[in-house]
Amino acid sequence: MKTKLSELFVGVFLLAGVVSVAFLAMNVGNLDSESSGESYRVSASFDNIGGLNAKSPVTLAGVRIGRVTSIQVDRDRFNAVVNMTISSAYNNLPLDTSASILTSGLLGSQYIGLDPGGDIEVLQEGSVIDITQSAIVLENLISKFLFSQAEK
Amino acid sequence: MNWTGFIFVASIGRWAIELTHGLGRAGLFLGEVFLQFDVLFRRPRLLIQQLYSVGVLTVLIIILSGFFVGMVLGLQGYNTLVGFGAESSLGLAVAKLLTRELGPVLTALLFTGRAGSALTAEIGLMKATEQIAALEMMAVNPVRRIIASRFFAAVLSVPLLTAMFCVVGVFGGHLVGVEMLGVDNGVFWSSMQQGVDLYDDIFGGLIKSLVFGFFIGWIALNQGYFCQPNSAGISRATTATVVTSSLAVFSLNYCLTALMFSA
Repeated sequence: MKTKLSELFVGVFLLAGVVSVAFLAMNVGNLDSESSGESYRVSASFDNIGGLNAKSPVTLAGVRIGRVTSIQVDRDRFNAVVNMTISSAYNNLPLDTSASILTSGLLGSQYIGLDPGGDIEVLQEGSVIDITQSAIVLENLISKFLFSQAEK
Repeated sequence: MNWTGFIFVASIGRWAIELTHGLGRAGLFLGEVFLQFDVLFRRPRLLIQQLYSVGVLTVLIIILSGFFVGMVLGLQGYNTLVGFGAESSLGLAVAKLLTRELGPVLTALLFTGRAGSALTAEIGLMKATEQIAALEMMAVNPVRRIIASRFFAAVLSVPLLTAMFCVVGVFGGHLVGVEMLGVDNGVFWSSMQQGVDLYDDIFGGLIKSLVFGFFIGWIALNQGYFCQPNSAGISRATTATVVTSSLAVFSLNYCLTALMFSA
């Protein structure tokens, strides 16, 4: 009897451990958004990416539809090339969609916001987004403001 | 002739030889334990017994500690973050701290105190009362019969206990942050889900705890198996288990953090 009860407790212990790992993976981590199936890759060049980094979200109308995968510097044109994946559920984005780097909150993390255009052709695997708007860097903004004050 | 100088140098030499001897013996001991790996499948009941005494009996202290640690993280995190108007990140702060550092390390320390010391004392007493010698007399391999199942039970238990510690801690933080201090429930969970990475944070923490369980089990059983077979020896070995395991956990934690999270 004693051993059977202890075996029951061991079973409960193992199950509780596995359930805890599953809970951490599902509710604390972001398992469901990581493995969201099919996606396609596009890239965009920016003059300045500010605080954007790999894994930053890509949003459409504020809804996350993809992630930044990597950021490189173009050696010839001296600008930043941002590669991102977009979920295949949104494979109807017009080719002249524009990408801008936005900030969530006043000093929050940065993300890419997509603004659909009106082209009939759509973005596909390997497409390049031509119309981009760089991140707003606070120092540049302040210096512009100061120079405009000095001219008065 | 200056004999005190010689004696001093000789004592350094003796210390180095004893250290090397102890390390080599511990390494061979570990190898021997791994060679008996198949006993887990041949006699699973041995493992289940040890999972009960090593794992199940540690659950209560882990859950209580995890809950209080989560609550204090919620309180301190809120008081710090509210100064920046960033209390919406409370869930993220609590979850990251728990999964990356506090969960693995505190669980390992509690496990050392609750189960590691008990393992050393148990094996040491078996040795002092010559039960291990009796097993050998009956041609039963004591490493196979009593050590292997305890070692693998420790390795298996610590990650599971760590996961429980983290889950309970998150709920403790939730209780203080959301129920008592008024952080929004949805913001608490969504900031956590956005910021906590499955591979870096959660699996990283569980890998840490697996390594901790490995070293605690190794140190505790080694200390018990090779202790002086008398009451003073058992007491020394139990103390050595707690001290060595705790130091190993802290130093390994830094090394693993530098390896996994520095990139």
